Amino acid sequence: MTEERTARGAPAALEAQAPWTRRHVLDLDDFSRVEIEIVLDTADAMKEVLGREVPRVPALRGKTLVTLFYEASTRTRASFELAAKALGADVINIAAGGSSVEKGESLIDTVRTLQAVGAHLLIIRHASSGAPYLVARHVEMSVINAGDGWHAHPTQGLLDLYTMRSHLGDLRGRRVVIVGDIAHSRVARSNIWGLTAMGAQVVVCAPPTLLPYGMRPGPAPVEEPLALPRVQVETDLDRALEGADVVMVLRLQKERMAAGLLPSLREYARLYQVDQERLARARPGALVMHPGPMNEGVEISPAVARSAQSVIEEQVSNGVAVRMAVLYLLARGR
Amino acid sequence: MVGVVLSADDIRRAISRIAHEIVERNRGLQDVVLVGMRTRGVPIARRLAGAFQEFEGETVSVGALDIGLYRDDIPYRELGPRIQPTELPTDIDGKRVVLVDDVLYTGRSIRAALDALIDFGRPASIQLAVLVDRGHRELPIRPDYVGKNIPTALGQDVQVLLEETDGRDEVVVTPVLSALRTPMLRSESKVEGTGEGER
Repeated sequence: MTEERTARGAPAALEAQAPWTRRHVLDLDDFSRVEIEIVLDTADAMKEVLGREVPRVPALRGKTLVTLFYEASTRTRASFELAAKALGADVINIAAGGSSVEKGESLIDTVRTLQAVGAHLLIIRHASSGAPYLVARHVEMSVINAGDGWHAHPTQGLLDLYTMRSHLGDLRGRRVVIVGDIAHSRVARSNIWGLTAMGAQVVVCAPPTLLPYGMRPGPAPVEEPLALPRVQVETDLDRALEGADVVMVLRLQKERMAAGLLPSLREYARLYQVDQERLARARPGALVMHPGPMNEGVEISPAVARSAQSVIEEQVSNGVAVRMAVLYLLARGR
Repeated sequence: MVGVVLSADDIRRAISRIAHEIVERNRGLQDVVLVGMRTRGVPIARRLAGAFQEFEGETVSVGALDIGLYRDDIPYRELGPRIQPTELPTDIDGKRVVLVDDVLYTGRSIRAALDALIDFGRPASIQLAVLVDRGHRELPIRPDYVGKNIPTALGQDVQVLLEETDGRDEVVVTPVLSALRTPMLRSESKVEGTGEGER
């Protein structure tokens, strides 16, 4: 209701002044708290739409959205498509395999072609960090980064913030522990930026080999090329979990073991698996999150994944509302 | 007409008269549901419900409708990014819905509101109550209950200020000279109306 919303900050009429000037959403590194709140508030309205008997509104009627995925995806691609359809937009899905990419067409030529056929919004996932930035420089369309290499996955960060806010309210001062393969995780990076902007206290926890160079204990052998905000770093999970409001578990990619970063899955699970005993160190009722897909029994125990504290499925369903919010703001914002 | 066109007392009397008219027209309050259009239609709808309570001793539920996802007229920059959830307290199937807004102007936001309402069900009827009708309709839409008809020029702004949203009750008509509408002035003058009113 209007009053509650007004109670949170400035009167509604003043809040409406907050600008939305973005054409693209490439990462959360340059998002202000106010901008993030615009997205999350808009997502509240979208969630209401999704709860209707016929979850469809005409806000993006006549707009065409293209998903261009150079990497595998289930939930991200599906939730962008559902989000676009709920807003009345048309959707074209393109996977790199099966498209002219296989004939050797360059990334820039591919996206220019998509623009020429009339797309207004481009959702791109690419294995190379920075690819969506290159694309954004060459097109008039709005570009949304749906994951680029290790670098960023901003809509995942936003849906995680949305999920946390819906349970905890104001995130200022909340202790959010991100456990797992931080070094290779675009989800971790986008969450670190977003959580920092929202004033949360971020703790990352991983074996030293799975921390970004800049965060490893001791002198850094190489400068971390992508600067991240300063966060608390723990290599001991029990210490990290102490007093946590949120425990965000990341997937351990098996290829990390092949690359010699870990001795064995069993050893990783013994030291870093979030199980019920360890979770007891967090605040009672602390939220358990995971961006999926999960390896149950490796980074998270099945009991924790299915516990009452787990909001993992909620993250997926919130993903649709948050992506609707981002699409709406970009499509209507110009 | 420029300046304060409705005082706090005028607004109170207008809302109370509209409340009586709604009761009269519907021969009571059976199946009546109030739906305020965000932002300022909502407090007006709540005041109408308060008046029903006072005059008839009946509780009428109040909903809040956001039409941001349905409108096609206002360029986004003037609408602002904020949209809020629509909250209808009851199923509107078979109900007599009284849609409430602060200012009726072109009729385009009412058109959007009708689309939005119909997405939620099939009311027995939809009636329209507005605090101010400033004329200049662009669609075949007419109000059933009007607080005050205020003839305005196209360039003027009508601002409805309410205690709940603005700290005081007042309706003001201001001249807006297009030559003075620098982008900044323009955005400020529009902020008052973002999301709800047609000025």
